[in-house]
Amino acid sequence: MNKTVNQKAWFFVIPVFVLVAFNAIIPLMTVVNYAFQETFGNNVFMWEGTRWFKQIMLSERFHASLGRQFLFTFIILFIQIPLGIAIALTMPKEGIGVPVCLVLMSMPLLIPWNVVGAMWNIFALPDIGFLGHSLNALGFDYNFTQQIGDAWFTTILMDVWHWTSLVVLLSYAGLRSIQPAYYQAAEIDGASRWAVFTKIELPKMKKVLTIAILLRFMDSFMIYTEPFVLTGGGPGNATAFLSIDLVKMALGQFDLGPAAAMSLIYFFIVLLVCWVFYTLMMRNEEKS
Amino acid sequence: MRKAKWVVPTIYIIFLMLPIYWLLNMSFKTTTEIINTYTLWPQEFTLDNYKKIFTDSTWYTGYLNSIYYVVMNTVISVAAALPAAYAFSRYKFLGDKHLFFWLLTNRMAPPAVFALPFFQFYSSVNLFDTHVAVALSHCLFNIPLAVWILEGFMSSVPKELDETAYVDGYSFWRFFFKIFIPTITAGIGITMFFCFMFSWVELLLAKTLTAVAAKPIAATMTRTASTSGYELGLLAAAGSLTIVPGAIVIYFVRNYIAKGFALGRV
Repeated sequence: MNKTVNQKAWFFVIPVFVLVAFNAIIPLMTVVNYAFQETFGNNVFMWEGTRWFKQIMLSERFHASLGRQFLFTFIILFIQIPLGIAIALTMPKEGIGVPVCLVLMSMPLLIPWNVVGAMWNIFALPDIGFLGHSLNALGFDYNFTQQIGDAWFTTILMDVWHWTSLVVLLSYAGLRSIQPAYYQAAEIDGASRWAVFTKIELPKMKKVLTIAILLRFMDSFMIYTEPFVLTGGGPGNATAFLSIDLVKMALGQFDLGPAAAMSLIYFFIVLLVCWVFYTLMMRNEEKS
Repeated sequence: MRKAKWVVPTIYIIFLMLPIYWLLNMSFKTTTEIINTYTLWPQEFTLDNYKKIFTDSTWYTGYLNSIYYVVMNTVISVAAALPAAYAFSRYKFLGDKHLFFWLLTNRMAPPAVFALPFFQFYSSVNLFDTHVAVALSHCLFNIPLAVWILEGFMSSVPKELDETAYVDGYSFWRFFFKIFIPTITAGIGITMFFCFMFSWVELLLAKTLTAVAAKPIAATMTRTASTSGYELGLLAAAGSLTIVPGAIVIYFVRNYIAKGFALGRV
């Protein structure tokens, strides 16, 4: 759409700008304030420069939680994106099946995150949970509160349960926007199912898939409540992802300086990855 | 092949329903049954857990609090986002692209980063433990989202609509409320759905900003789990009830969901 230049449009944006700035800029300034200073309460601050940043960048604890975070995000993207596409491809395209699938599949998305954690906790408990009990009955030695591998397995399974539907819904919407003429043409040409997928469906889904990857990256990178309720970051620190570690540092130990420095580094990483994605996305949109 | 197609979604839906079923199953059991035996369905079916929630004010006020701030947040977000989204979809202005990206960055900010400063900030303006505080803090991620979705819907409305209305002598605001908003009702519905959803499921900020008076139901649950040991039945019943508002909202917007996603915005 060709847009007209109109500086007065700013007036329309002001309410949004004020509301978001009120929530974003003032708290962010507080974080910056803590990140460069030492405080003993009572609003007494001493300048510390970049000491907290150096401390965090060099700390093994930060490296470990960052590593766990990247590993987790990578694994869930690797599972959820292909799985989501596969389910969207097999979903019914018309009839009563459509609303049934949509409503049932959206269910996990609307459950409060700590309820998701609590639900999976109950579901996976080795003695009274369906998952834990079944796995143990099948001969696996499963206990997610004590074994690191099991804790990871449960956390990943929970996230797959919780968020794959988002990828499904997005891919499904992308598939629905393909004109039937494309499929008819493919049929006349005698294209194989695989060719239809790679040459027609995948390119058409590119835009929604970018958004799906972006959203899943952001949200999995910020994950806090679900693993906190499920495993509490344990056993030990095995599932203490960045947010869990950060809250532990800020509110548990009240190390405000290092916690603030870590917040800024954390935010910067998310921002950087998203900026790269956003730029690529916009470039694609301009091309098409 | 046709029959085989049903297999994948069916297995997936069963996988989705299993933990939910288990939660419901637990909520109808007595505590002794939960702790002492492993049963696939309640042997002594009881509604005591639900009774307790509906009669004990610490429990049911949690629900009312949550619904109160979620609705407040949805209204604020959509009302503020409507004119902004219109500006982004129709006009070019100084810094528009940067502003749009800046708005989106707030959707990317980890709530854990903001928890402590939010607590200090809202305490200092005397809003701590009010519904307004939670509703306003959720604007941080809901307003950018609302602008993003609405902009997509508005851009799909041809500009000729605006121009014809002006030629017919409509003033801007009259056009906006009488013609423009009715044409994008589906978009507004989707936006409200997503604002409702993200405000309803968020807990970290809601918990940080409240103590007693505006405590959300989800936070009430965490407290029960930690203080009175294992009241699993009660916990399960409270959890099951938090699924209900979401399920109702989904049912109403089911036809719009696919359409909303089709515009490529979430």
